[in-house]
Amino acid sequence: MSDLKITDLHKHYGNFHAVKGVSLDVQAGEFTVLVGPSGCGKSTLLRCIAGLEETSSGRIEIGGKDVTHARPRDRDIAMVFQNYALYPYLNVKDNIAFGLRARKFAETEIEKRVKRASDMLGIGHLLTRFPRELSGGQRQRVAIGRAIVRDAILYLFDEPLSNLDAQLRDDMRVEIKRLHQELGRTMIYVTHDQIEAMTLADRIVLLRDGVVEQQGSPLDLFERPQTRFVAGFLGSPKMNFLKGTLTRTGVSLADGRELVLPGRESLRSGQAVLLGVRPQHIALAGKTVAKGHERIPVTIELVQPTGSRVQVTLPLGGTSVIAELGAHEVSRPGEKTFIDLDMTRAIVIDAVTEKVL
Amino acid sequence: MSALPFHRRAGVRLSLRYLIAALLVIIFCFPVYWLFIISFKTPDEIFAYPPVWYPASIQFANYAVLFKDGDAATVGNSLVLASISTFFAMIFGTVAAYSLVRFKTGGENLAVWIISQRMMPPVAIVFPIFLLYIWIGWVDSYFGLIILYTAFSLPYVIWMMRGYIEDIPLELEESALVDGCSRWETLWKVVLPMARSGLFATAVFTFIFAWNDFLFALVLTRTEVTTYTVQVTHYFGGQSNFWAKIAAMSVLGTIPVFFTVAVMQRFLVRGISMGAVKG
Repeated sequence: MSDLKITDLHKHYGNFHAVKGVSLDVQAGEFTVLVGPSGCGKSTLLRCIAGLEETSSGRIEIGGKDVTHARPRDRDIAMVFQNYALYPYLNVKDNIAFGLRARKFAETEIEKRVKRASDMLGIGHLLTRFPRELSGGQRQRVAIGRAIVRDAILYLFDEPLSNLDAQLRDDMRVEIKRLHQELGRTMIYVTHDQIEAMTLADRIVLLRDGVVEQQGSPLDLFERPQTRFVAGFLGSPKMNFLKGTLTRTGVSLADGRELVLPGRESLRSGQAVLLGVRPQHIALAGKTVAKGHERIPVTIELVQPTGSRVQVTLPLGGTSVIAELGAHEVSRPGEKTFIDLDMTRAIVIDAVTEKVL
Repeated sequence: MSALPFHRRAGVRLSLRYLIAALLVIIFCFPVYWLFIISFKTPDEIFAYPPVWYPASIQFANYAVLFKDGDAATVGNSLVLASISTFFAMIFGTVAAYSLVRFKTGGENLAVWIISQRMMPPVAIVFPIFLLYIWIGWVDSYFGLIILYTAFSLPYVIWMMRGYIEDIPLELEESALVDGCSRWETLWKVVLPMARSGLFATAVFTFIFAWNDFLFALVLTRTEVTTYTVQVTHYFGGQSNFWAKIAAMSVLGTIPVFFTVAVMQRFLVRGISMGAVKG
């Protein structure tokens, strides 16, 4: 059964068309992440789902019920906001209980649920404190507690981690993933952070300019992107794009180098393309050249160690590409060496339509 | 240069500052003291020369007269008029301000138009209002003055509350709406507590405006709902002034305002919205 079904949703702000005909079908228990660059319409879409924005056209169903024009409180949703949205004049317990009181739950039931939620989030000892006495991470836990204390069909998260520092963000991400596994509820999560999207999602919906660019499992989007935008958005460091022209056996790069593309004989020769290669698919040359790999001599331009790995910038095909190598494989710029390009994992993109061929 | 060590010099400077401050306090508080003290003096002491700085014994005869003659009831009238009009102005003004802020009611210009009503000199409209009130029979009635004070306070309340409500993070309200509150419940459970300090500050000033009104009360009342401000003027006579009564009445008129501000003072402290959002 699907918990959320969106059909051809549009949202206009005056002349600005923020969401352009988005359709979405989220299954029960699924963790869906709406991701995309700023201004892509992901937050607007979430606010339309929550009922905080009136839709211009289209249809929204939650739990099989048409809620397109329903008030937020009649949609059976719970939401966590970016800025926590805690009531400063209520203590943690009353903040968590706020939604239950608004829905006239019995005090004994409220007591039970607040205890369960606060234990789950490890904030049981903070119940009598006020928001101003909490750290950023604790506040966000309370905000999450306020959502999970309710039995909603749909849980919405609007960039809940973007105000936290990097370390805390990693911890909270784990926490949210664990919560989803424990509760098994349907969650919609908005973020602009592709790492959050990849690590949390059962399904990623990648938005661009108000349109769904591609949706699917994180690995599906990562390994089989349908457009240059998707290929470039997911993955860190970013995918390398090399300009070239299709030949009978592969691709001829801008600097004249020819690379063989295994299993791509059907492609049309002479077409202008972009060759997409992930930094992880470039390795330092081994003893032998593996099948489907291309060995190329290079001079290292720049070395950026990240601890466990090292990001190396090197010239290739008339541009600079980034390769991710082992921490001790390269030591300094200027070094001359050979790299192996895994052409079986490379993608070919139409230079005009920017669609993957 | 002086051979005084640094800490001694600092001490002298501080003492000098306190001395000047004390002098200023005495100068500014003296009229208030004089008013209070006159109200406790006998007629002989009031007109004594050289002046009697403090009475030989505190006596309440001046107040007793006000209560015996029924003059003190005018303070009650002022209290009723100011309290009820403040109550209604706060209710309607806050709801109107919320509507202006959240629903952009009237676009950009309505709020400015509303505050412009406040800038109108009351004396310019008191005559038309007087004629209107005679026509509908509201002269010298509680109802008439309450309506008038409420209407006159509304622009101020709307303008002030609009600013306080604009400061409330929108997410707090949205969170309440999602959590199961209606708009009215959100106003009651989120907006009012968040704007509490602003609410009290505005109420205090609204109360004081109505409390201090003289012009409308003078023109629109006769005998039934005379306010204390009008009553005080009755003691200024052509032949002589009733200083004892003026002083006692003025003290009675000051006490409610004094208490209102004293009680509300702790609510006037800012900083209540700390911790609502990130930061």
